[in-house]
Amino acid sequence: MWTFFHKLGSPPWLYGIAGSILRWLLPIAVVALSVGVVWGLLYTSPDFRQGNSYRIIYIHVPASVVALAGYYVMAIAGAVSLIWKMKMADIAMLAAAPVGAALTFVALLTGSIWGKPTWGTWWVWDARITSMLILLFLYLGVMALYEAYDNKAAAARACAILALVGTVNIPIIYKSVDWWYSLHQPASIKFTGESTIDPSMLYPLLLCIVSFYLLFTCVLLANMRVEILRRERKTGWVRRLVGES
Amino acid sequence: MSSGASGSIYGALLRRQLTLALRRPVQLLNPALFFAIVIVLFPLGLGPAPDTLSMFAGGILWIVALLANMLGAETLFQGDYDDGSLDQLLIAEQPLYFLVMPYLLVQWLLSGVLLALLSPLFALMLGLPEQGIVVLMASLALGCGVMSVLGAIGAALTVGLRRGGILIALLVTPFYMPVLIFGAGAVNAAVDGLAFAPYLAILGAMFSLALALGPVAISAALRISADS
Amino acid sequence: MYFDSVAAALVMDGHGPYVWSAYGITLTVIALLVLLPIVSKRRLLRELRGEHRRNRQSESRSSVELS
Repeated sequence: MWTFFHKLGSPPWLYGIAGSILRWLLPIAVVALSVGVVWGLLYTSPDFRQGNSYRIIYIHVPASVVALAGYYVMAIAGAVSLIWKMKMADIAMLAAAPVGAALTFVALLTGSIWGKPTWGTWWVWDARITSMLILLFLYLGVMALYEAYDNKAAAARACAILALVGTVNIPIIYKSVDWWYSLHQPASIKFTGESTIDPSMLYPLLLCIVSFYLLFTCVLLANMRVEILRRERKTGWVRRLVGES
Repeated sequence: MSSGASGSIYGALLRRQLTLALRRPVQLLNPALFFAIVIVLFPLGLGPAPDTLSMFAGGILWIVALLANMLGAETLFQGDYDDGSLDQLLIAEQPLYFLVMPYLLVQWLLSGVLLALLSPLFALMLGLPEQGIVVLMASLALGCGVMSVLGAIGAALTVGLRRGGILIALLVTPFYMPVLIFGAGAVNAAVDGLAFAPYLAILGAMFSLALALGPVAISAALRISADS
Repeated sequence: MYFDSVAAALVMDGHGPYVWSAYGITLTVIALLVLLPIVSKRRLLRELRGEHRRNRQSESRSSVELS
């Protein structure tokens, strides 16, 4: 267990393993996403109340789910880097931030496009939309704080603290926004109880969620590889790598 | 280390913070002045109709209090960072967790409690119904305490930076939102004749949670800012 | 397939523009997310390779001068 943990802290090992994971995970993610999207777009029957506009949920829901999960990935990586002073963890944290922000943006945008034919307006101050918007600000705050520091090692630690403060606050923010807007739709996928969504619609949705998770992992690893190279540019193993290629 | 001596360092810090603040009475009243000026903007922007204004008064007063609090947070550690007394604080043998408490307490007294005491004046100007005024004061006093702690986290994270001003607003505003929701909710509930005590209870719970966990983040952030 | 024709799939009973633009934007963002690290890694490697070559040249030149 501990040797694995120590290996995780080693840049060349992580660079190599991330590369070999990416080599098979990225094609799987792309194929899974393509199948999920085509299935959802063309091979499901429309919702009887929302019509065809509901097909947007096959990208909207996965983007929202992974955007929120991405914040926790970022915060956990931040905690690891603060506690064990592991450089690779703060690389992971910083690699997660832009991906999470982009997915939050996608979730907001697709939600707003879905709202136009469904509610007749582009934007409603509904609980989930508002929470998503706040999540976007939390991501942008972390990125802005990192940019503001000249000393990048200190910047990473400051961002880790901010991400952790955000983790404590996210449930409070979500609960209070929920309470503020008590007229929201009930959550439509529940893994524990009976789901209210038809299985023929649920399977492509689950496939899309899984493929968004896979894509998030791929982009996270790819971003980490670039950052590892950039930080380790003066070391022997990077020179050897560059010399061989 | 006797408990009396360590007790006195907190007392000394408290006295020092209060003296520093009271030495510049104009600066002390700046948040209140800001509060007054921004209040004027709302009739100018929304129109002077008393009905509209009194309908939105609770929300307006709370939003302006939030902004005033945010502006006050920026300078919390700045002076001590510039003259090096922050470094003294960091190497003190008492835990930093408790050493930041006097800062928070003074910040809360001077921005939150002071604003809460002055708020009835502005509430009357905006035509907030009378039954809401006491609840407004109570909710501001509690809510500003939460916001002072959260603002101090932002201040501690950005204290070493030259251009911290607008950044701190971006960092802490999302965290202020639950406070705004329950603070304005309490005032609106009181105006509508509904039960307002649950809102105040939640604000009090937030204050306790912020006081318990906030100093951990503040002290960690101060150490980072001092290093960089 | 649920739709009878390609045209019907494009129109989607009037919801087509919304659905297709949502998918278009999402897939563009995902493509950017995937491509950006690839491009920046390639650029970084090229930069490092240039550095490496310059270092080697200066090393060999100094060894020539020494001999």
